[in-house]
Order: sequence, then structure tokens, then C-alpha cells
Amino acid sequence: MLGEGIVKGMLETARNFAGSFVSKERLTTVEYPEQRIPTVEAARVFPFLVYDGADWEGGMRCVACQICEKECPPQCIYIEKSKDKKPDFVGKPQFYPARFDIDISVCMSCQICVEVCPFEAIKMDTQFELATDDRFGGLLLDRHELAKSNEYYHSIHPTESTEVDARLAEEKAKADAKTKAAADAAAAKAAAAAAAPPAAPPATPTKEGGS
Amino acid sequence: MNFVFYLLAALTLGGGLAAVLLKHLVHSALATTVAFAGLALLFLQLDAQFAGFAQILVYIGAVAILIVFAILLTRGSDLPKGGVFSATWFVGLVIAAGVFAVLGWAVLISVEALPQQASVPAVTVHDIGIALVGRYVLPLEIVALLLTAATIGAVIVAMHEKGAPK
Amino acid sequence: MAANLDQIFIHLRDWLVAFLPVVLRPATGVLLSVIAIVCVFPGLFALTTVFERKGLGRIQNRLGPNRVGPFGFFQPIADGIKSLTKEDIVPLSANAGVHFLAPLVLVVTVFMGFAVLPMGRNMVLVDMDAGLLFFFAMGAATELSVFMAGWSSRNKYSLLGAMRAVAQMISYEVVLLLSSVSVVMISGSLSLPKIVDAQNQYTGVFPHWYIFTPWGLAGFIMYAIAATAETNRSPFDLPEGESELVAGYHTEYSGFKFALFFLGEYLAMFSISGLGTTLFLGGWSAPLSFLTFIPSWCWFFGKVMLSIFVFIWMRGTLPRLRQDQLMNFAWKFVLPFTLLDLMVTALWRFMGDGWLRWVVCTVILGTAYVFMARLQWRQKHIGPRSYRYAE
Repeated sequence: MLGEGIVKGMLETARNFAGSFVSKERLTTVEYPEQRIPTVEAARVFPFLVYDGADWEGGMRCVACQICEKECPPQCIYIEKSKDKKPDFVGKPQFYPARFDIDISVCMSCQICVEVCPFEAIKMDTQFELATDDRFGGLLLDRHELAKSNEYYHSIHPTESTEVDARLAEEKAKADAKTKAAADAAAAKAAAAAAAPPAAPPATPTKEGGS
Repeated sequence: MNFVFYLLAALTLGGGLAAVLLKHLVHSALATTVAFAGLALLFLQLDAQFAGFAQILVYIGAVAILIVFAILLTRGSDLPKGGVFSATWFVGLVIAAGVFAVLGWAVLISVEALPQQASVPAVTVHDIGIALVGRYVLPLEIVALLLTAATIGAVIVAMHEKGAPK
Repeated sequence: MAANLDQIFIHLRDWLVAFLPVVLRPATGVLLSVIAIVCVFPGLFALTTVFERKGLGRIQNRLGPNRVGPFGFFQPIADGIKSLTKEDIVPLSANAGVHFLAPLVLVVTVFMGFAVLPMGRNMVLVDMDAGLLFFFAMGAATELSVFMAGWSSRNKYSLLGAMRAVAQMISYEVVLLLSSVSVVMISGSLSLPKIVDAQNQYTGVFPHWYIFTPWGLAGFIMYAIAATAETNRSPFDLPEGESELVAGYHTEYSGFKFALFFLGEYLAMFSISGLGTTLFLGGWSAPLSFLTFIPSWCWFFGKVMLSIFVFIWMRGTLPRLRQDQLMNFAWKFVLPFTLLDLMVTALWRFMGDGWLRWVVCTVILGTAYVFMARLQWRQKHIGPRSYRYAE
């Protein structure tokens, strides 16, 4: 019958019109900026640098290895290594970045820098309201602007950050155990060397085997 | 009401003159439309409502559109190289003057033949309708036949170009 | 009291005009009515733009504009300021004179159409003997302005849009005229107030509106289709479809001239709805005989706004028709059906009162509708594509 489809269509839109006043599924608008859709955990916008503790400069995990700078496809990261070293979370003295700039007008949020970082120092942020009217430097973030604390990282990516913390703690424990074992071995060796200098050489293999 | 008549006559004549004197063909077509509008207003001034509105409906609404479509579809909007005025324009002027003289003489003679009337009786649409199916039914039928023939002819002319089977 | 409310605008005009000497009174009365029309209908236009945007939004599961004013109802003010302050760009190679005149011709002819609509009891600006013919004459003149706009822009797409628009308008104008002729046949007059008077009678509670008769219903549906096509409204808005032709014949217009085109289109919608209301829905008469205490102009504007809502509803529902589908529909279905409706109306008139004519007319129209619909479906042969090249 000619016109049947039209009538059915008009009834459907009428139902839509009436339903939009009463049911949520017929009016799916979220009025930004008064209302916001909560971001999912895996959201990513632009990178930021993680620091542990309270001091952003001292606790920064980045050791200026420059892997992310080399891997970044649009080459938006610019790193200048420092001249001196400071100890990292394990205790080993490492370089730190004297300058770490990311140009977020170039960054394409590919997350490659995060994937290649061996030190879990750079992670993806979820903040997107970064528009600025400063044309010449407003979108070039420096070290201080990029540094955000580990607590902030926990707040935006809970599962990921607990995983990272667990991994870092494990590494720290392994490194601690290794240094402890090395220290123990050295101490034992020193003790053995001090305690039994007149001991016969055949006795030492058993001591070394026992430690 | 003489002033109104002269104004409308000026509008109509101006439109007609512009239609023949303007260089661009579409401008001429639009000036012809102004002349049609002037004619319609003249009809209205003479209290012939039906004729005036029919003039607007048919001439401005259909014939003018037809003219511009014909101009555009046959690529007549390009200006011809040799100018738009014919070399024999004087002969044309003489012939037009001759035709105007004949028509004017015919109208003036017929005005003397009509009875003197102080006021023209208003012709309602009802009267026109009764006249069309009463006294003038034969011309009406002939015109209808003519229109049908024209329509069929147009369809045949348009269909003739469709050679390949669809 | 109800009669006073009904004639309130007439009394207001007479009271204002009484301040002047007798010589000036008729002219001033007409001038006041003209001012009223020129103020009311653009005001309705502003309201309609908001309703349209919010209505379409709700149909499409979203909110319409809601930032400017309460629930967005001051949006037309923002739109008006925007269109007044935008730069008026005229293309360099465009025909400046015709380009300037096109929107003016449109708005002037559309406003003239309001002169014959009876908006209430005794509330028609000019009671012409051939009022309906005048209305259609003005409608025909709007086609010329569409063509002028498209041609003067010196833009292939505008010209194409204008040609399509004019072809569409001419095809559906025939349908419009024929469906009104059946009303004229029954009511016996071309004068719109007389047509309303013929419908302003009640048998019991029910009115004698022509839409409640079989030929009237068929005629109204055909009139509605033709009206949607005349005003280039969805689903017939190919000439101004944004995805096909940018903006069609008003591509090269910006600022206030574009606003005039927009105004012209909506005013044409109002005036054609007003005419449809007058011809088929009884004009200013109330739907039930005990509701006549509500003023006549309330009923007229209510019915017109109802038609506008149906236009908006159709816009939100139906997809756009392609040009050839549109023209096929007009010439192969709507026009034959309207001619049949004309003959059925004549049959209705000559069968005299009684239940028999209802049955006969309904049966004829129903079977013709179904038969022609089937014919249309069967005509669609989808086979291998063949090409025709321009000579």
C-alpha cells in the first residue's frame, strides 16, 4: 500500500519526540560543560612524567635515556641530559633530564613513548581541556608542567598504576636482595678471610660452597 | 485615475523598450516580465480582476519561466560577436509602426461604435464562467483541443531523442 | 463577550482609526491591517525557527538550541543579529542588479499572498472576488525570483539548483491548482471568505469542513504534498539540499539577503498552510459547534501552526526524494489522482445529499488509490544500467 511506510515512520518519530521528554534512552545528550561523561580508565590524551614522593624534581623517574625521544613518530619530545647524576629509586646514580619538552600540538597520542620507556617514567594523562590562547608557547609543555605525582597517576589509572608500583617494588626488592646478598657475600668473605688466615687452602672451597 | 494609467503605461513601455534594447538576453527576458506585469496592472486598473490575475499567473508564472528556460537550455546567454542589433533595424521599425497604426485605427473605430457608458459593469468570475460554458463553449473546446495537441507534440518531440531501449 | 474577543482586532483598528478625519480613515485602516500582518507573520516565523530546531532535535534524540534565553527561545534574536551583521558578499562576476532584486521579489510576492487569507471572522485584508486566483498568481511569481537568484549568482550549482527548483515548483503548482478547483466547484466561489462561510455550518456537532468528505480528504492529501513541494520543504528539498548542492539557488547569498530568502521560504509555508486551512480545514471555524466561544482567529492560527508542526514532523522523518523520483511522483501519481478527485467531486455534487454519495465516492477514490499505487510499484524495473549521452 502506498503511504504505509510513511505512516509507520511518522509514528516512530512521534514516539521519539514524545519519549525524549520522559525517557533517558530517547534523549542521549550530555550537556557539556555542565555535565560530563566519566572518562574510562584506558583513556589517553597527552603524556606526563611521573614522580615519586613529594619533590617533583628529585623524585622524577625519568633518567633521560632519550629512547622516547627517538621513538616518537612526530618527534615532539625534546630532551637535554643533565651533566651530573642523582640516585634513582633503586639507589643507582642516574642522569636526569635538565630539559624535557613535549609539544602537545604535535603529539598524536600514539602512546609509543609509554610503551618503550624502561623506567615507567612517562605515562598517558587523561586531561583534554588544554586549549589556550597563547599561540607561541601555550602548547609547549616543559618539565615542570609535565611532572605529576604518583598519587595523581593512581587517581587516573588505578589498575595500571598498582601494576606499575608492584613491578617497581619487585625490581627494588630484587635489587635490594642482590645488594644485600653481595654485601653479605663480601662481609662473609671478609669475615672468612679475617677469621681463618692460617686455614689450609683445601678448607676454603667448602666455605664458598656453603655460602 | 489618469495618472495611474500613464504610470502603468510608462512601466509597460519601459519594460518593452528594455526588452529590445538590452544586450544580455536574460536581462531582456526579465524586462519582458516587467512588461507583462505592467499589462496585468493595466487589466486590474480596468477592474478586470480575473484577466489581471490570470495574466500574472500564466504570463509571469509560466511563459516568462518558459522563455528563460529556453534561453538557458540553448546556451543563448553568451553574447553574440556581432552585437545584438540587426543591420536592418530601420525596416523593422517601419513595419512595427505600420502594425501599431493599423491596431490603433481599429481600436479607435470600435470605441466610437460602442454605446456610451458612464461606468463599466463589474464582471464577476461567475459571469466569466457562465459565458465560457454558455456562449463561448466552442472556442473553449477548440482551445482545449489545441492544448492537448501541443502537449502530445511536446511529449513526442521529447521522446524522439530517447533512441536506446531502457 | 466571546463575540467581542472574536472581533477584538477589528474593534481595535476602528478605535485607532476614529482619531483621524473621515477622509483618511479607509486608507489608515488598511495601513494598520498591513502593519499587523507584517508584524505578526515574521514574529511567527521567528517562533517557528525555534520550534523547528527544537522539534527536529527531539525527534533526533537530542536537544535543540537551549543556551539563548529560557529553553533557547531567544535563539531567533541571536540569529537575526547574526544575519544583520554578517558581511554581504556579492560575487564579482554576478549580475548585481538581479542578484539584489531576487530576495526582494520573493518576499514581496509572498507577503502579497497574505492579503486574501481570512484570518478570522471579518478579518480579511482584501475581499477580492477572485481571491484564490490572486493567491496562486503570487505563488507563481515566487518561482521567477527563485530563477533570478540562481541565475544571477553566476554559479553552476546555483543555476542547477534554481532550474530544479523551478521545474519542481511548476509541476506541483498544477496539482495545487487542481486540488483547489474541487473546493471551488463545491463552494461555488473563488472568494476565500465565501469558501470559509460555506464550511462554517454544523450538522449536530460536526462541521462541514471539506476534509471530512471523501473527495476533500483526497484533495487535502494531494494539496499537502503539493504544498510541501512548492515551498521546497523536506522531503522535496533537493533544490536546497545541503549535501547535494551546497545551498542550491541561495548559495551565493550571505547576511541579510540570505535571511530574506529564509524568511520568504517560511512565509510561503505559512501562507500555503493558511490557504490549505481555508480551503479544506474550515478556515476560522471551530471544529465542534460548542467550541465557538474560542475566538475565530485562535482557530485559524492554531490550525496553521498545526500544519507547520506536521511540516516539521515530516522533515524529521522522511528522506529526501531525488529529482527524477519527485517529478515522476508528481506527473504519474499525484496529477492523475487529482484529476480523478476533480471528477469525483463533480459526481458528489450531482448525486445530491444522502449516504449513497459517501459510499460511492469513497469506493472510487480508494480503489483508484490502491490501483495507482500498485501500478507505480510495478513500473519499477531495475535491470542492467543503460546510458544516454547528451547530443
